[in-house]
Amino acid sequence: MQGNEGLRSATISVLVENEPGILARVVGLFSGRGYNIDSLTVAPVDETGRQSRINIVTSGTEMVIEQIKAQLGRLVPVYRLADLTREGPHIAREMALIKVIGSGEKRAEALRIAEAFRARVIDATTENFIFELTGATDKLDAFLALMRPLGLAEVSRTGVAAIARGTRTI
Amino acid sequence: MSAAPEQSGAEVLLQALKAEGVEVIFGYPGGAVLPIYDAIFHQNAIRHVLVRHEQGAVHAAEGYARSTGRVGVVLVTSGPGATNAVTGLVDALMDSIPVVCLTGQVPTHLIGNDAFQEADTTGITRPATKHNYLVKRPQDLARIVHEAFLVARSGRPGPVVIDLPKDIMIHKAPYAPPCAEGHPSYRPRTEPEPEAIARAIAILKAAKRPIVYTGGGVINSGEEAARLLARFVRMTGFPCTSTLMGLGAFPASDPRFLGMLGMHGTYEANLAMHGADAMLAIGARFDDRVTGRLNAFSPGSRKIHADIDPSSINKNVPVEVPIIGDAGRVLASLIAAWEADPAAPDREALAAWWREIDAWRAKECLHFTQDFAKGAVIKPQHAIRRLYEITQELGREVFITTEVGQHQMWAAQHFRFEQPRHWMTSGGLGTMGYGLPAAIGVQIAHPEALVIDIAGEASILMNIQEMSTAAQYRLPVKIFILNNQYMGMVRQWQELLHGGRYAESYTAALPDFVKLAESFHATGFRAESIDQLDGVIRAMLAADGPVIADIAVDPKENCFPMIPSGAAHNDMILSAATEGRAAGITDPGLVLV
Repeated sequence: MQGNEGLRSATISVLVENEPGILARVVGLFSGRGYNIDSLTVAPVDETGRQSRINIVTSGTEMVIEQIKAQLGRLVPVYRLADLTREGPHIAREMALIKVIGSGEKRAEALRIAEAFRARVIDATTENFIFELTGATDKLDAFLALMRPLGLAEVSRTGVAAIARGTRTI
Repeated sequence: MSAAPEQSGAEVLLQALKAEGVEVIFGYPGGAVLPIYDAIFHQNAIRHVLVRHEQGAVHAAEGYARSTGRVGVVLVTSGPGATNAVTGLVDALMDSIPVVCLTGQVPTHLIGNDAFQEADTTGITRPATKHNYLVKRPQDLARIVHEAFLVARSGRPGPVVIDLPKDIMIHKAPYAPPCAEGHPSYRPRTEPEPEAIARAIAILKAAKRPIVYTGGGVINSGEEAARLLARFVRMTGFPCTSTLMGLGAFPASDPRFLGMLGMHGTYEANLAMHGADAMLAIGARFDDRVTGRLNAFSPGSRKIHADIDPSSINKNVPVEVPIIGDAGRVLASLIAAWEADPAAPDREALAAWWREIDAWRAKECLHFTQDFAKGAVIKPQHAIRRLYEITQELGREVFITTEVGQHQMWAAQHFRFEQPRHWMTSGGLGTMGYGLPAAIGVQIAHPEALVIDIAGEASILMNIQEMSTAAQYRLPVKIFILNNQYMGMVRQWQELLHGGRYAESYTAALPDFVKLAESFHATGFRAESIDQLDGVIRAMLAADGPVIADIAVDPKENCFPMIPSGAAHNDMILSAATEGRAAGITDPGLVLV
C-alpha cells in the first residue's frame, strides 16, 4: 500500500488523561504497529495535573499518519488530538543544553556563533561552555553542526513542544 | 463527608457487577482472589462457573457475550491466572467481543517486588485489551468497574482487564453508581454524518455492479442492525456477501446472499467483489483473509466503508467515502436516504449484474463428491451438511461454535446461518481450542438450546480439559469432531505450498475419543464410514448431557475454493483438479500466513 507515496513528517499533539501507563500505551502503540517516533515530549498542562499533553513528531506516508491519528484517537484516556503539521500554521520549539569543551580560538569561535544563534551561556569554566538554545529543530541541528568541530562534547535535547498559531486550540 | 464505608472491596466489586446486570462469572480461584471468592460464597445473585483453565474462562465468556450481546465476565488469579487468560483476551480483542476480565494481583505494597504469583498484568495485557486498569485506591474501585463495562460494550467492543490487588479487595471501600455524565475522554461516535451518507447514496444509486460486504460489526450492533441490513439489501436488490465474523447477520437462505467471501469464500462472492463498480462495506475491516492481494482487490469499485472504529477505515484499503458510526445507525440512515433520494437506480444494469453472478454461482464452487457405498469414507463437507440438515429437522434453536482450521472453514461454507449471534468462531486470532469453552459459555446463556462445537481432532485437544466443566454443570454441549488425524489446514498448506512435506502435521497416538468422553462423564460415539454417519449424528443430538461424536473423515480432503495467499480474488483455486496452479505461487505470497 505504501509503495510510491511520499513520506511526510507530522507533529501531533495529544491531550490525555494523566493516568499511570498512558505513556506506555502511546509508546507501545507506536512500537507495536511499527510507526516511527522522531521526538516525544510529555508533561501535565492543566492546573490540577489531570491532563497531560504529549507532542509526537513522527513520519510516514499520508495513509500511515492518518492511521496513527486514528489509533491514538481510540485510546480510552485520549481527549483530543491535533495534527499540527496539517491543520494550519503552528510553532514548534525545542530546547537543548549543549556542552562544548575547548580553548583558544575554537572557544572564542564557539561563543561568537552562540551569540549569532542567541544561545545563552548558562555555565562556563575556563575549558568549557554550556549553552542553552531554544528554537525549531532545524535551528538546533544547524547550531550543533557548527559546534561539532569546535569541541561539542554532549547534548541534552527536550524534544519538540508545539502549538497552533492564532486563536485555534487543541 | 460521607459515612465510612461498610463493605470490603470484594463486596463493592460484586455490588458493581450486580449493578451492571452480571449474572454469571467464568473463573478459576487462586491466592490473590480468595477475598473475591469469599464474597461470591456469601451471595446468590451472581453465579460462578468453574472452568479448568483460564484461557477457557475467557473463551466461555466470549461465547456467552457473542450469543447474548451482553458483556462476558471472567475472574482469574494473579500471575499464571492472568497470563493464561492472555490468549483469550487477544482473541476477544481481534474479534471485538465485550469481556471484562478481573485479575487478582499481589497486595499493593508488594507490587514490583517479584512476589509469589506476581506478574505485570497491566503491562502484559496493555496490547491485549481495549483498555486496562490497576486499582490502587479503594475509592477508585467502583468507578473503575463501571467504567470498564462501559468501555467493553460501547463503541467497537473489546476486552477490558481490571487488575485487583488483594489488599484493595480486603479493605473497606465506598460504592459509587455508574457516572451519569459518561466518560470524560472516551466518547465513541455512533451517529453517522449526513454528508457522508449522502455521498454514499449517490455512489450506490449510480452503481451498475454493486455489492454489500458486511462483517461482525453488524452483529455487534445488535439484532436491529441485522433487520435493517436485510431491509436495505432487499430494498436495493443488491448482492450481499459476508466475512466469517458476519455470518448470520443476513439470512443465508436469501437468494441475494452470495455466501462468505475471502480465502475460502465462494467463487460468486469473490468474483462479485472483484468485478463490482460500487462496494458498501459495513462493520468489516478489510482483513487480509478477505482482500487477498491488496493491489488487486476489487480494483474497479468506488468504496464506501462504514465502521464504528475510525482506525479500521483506510487501514488496508483506501476508500472514497468513510462513514464513522454504529452499523445499525448507518443502515437506518442509508435506508432513509435511499428512499428520500429521487434518483432511480439502474435496474437494467443490476439485472445484467445478477446474470453474471448467477453464471458464477452455476460453477457450484462448494461442490464435493460423497461416495455412498457401504464402508465408504466420509467427506467432511458431507458430515457438516448432514449435521445441518438433521438439526433443521429438530426445530430447535441451534448455536454453532468451532475450533480453528479446515473444519471451521467447512462449517462456514456448509452450515447455513439465518440469524445473528448463532455462530461463534475465532476469526481474527484463529485460536485453536476456542470452540469447546465458547460452547460452554453459550450453553450457560441458553440452557435449552442445542449448542454444537464443530471441531477438529487437533484443536479439540487444546482445551479438552473443559469437558470436566461441561460435566460438572451438566451442559449438554455436542462436540462434533471431523477427525482426519492431521492438523488439516497445516497439511493442506504443506501439500499446496511446501511440496507435500508434511512436517509435524500428522498426529500420532490420538486418544480414543469415545473413551475420553466416558472418562469425563460424557457420552462418546464414533462414525467410521458413511453408513454410520446419520446414526451417530442422531444419537448425538438425542443424548442427554455432553457428547463427543468422533467422525472419521477423509484425511486427504482439502478445503476449496481457496485464494492462495498473495493471490487475487479472480485467481481462486476451485477444486483439487486445478490445484496444480498453487505450485506457481509467488515468493511474496509464500511469506504470507
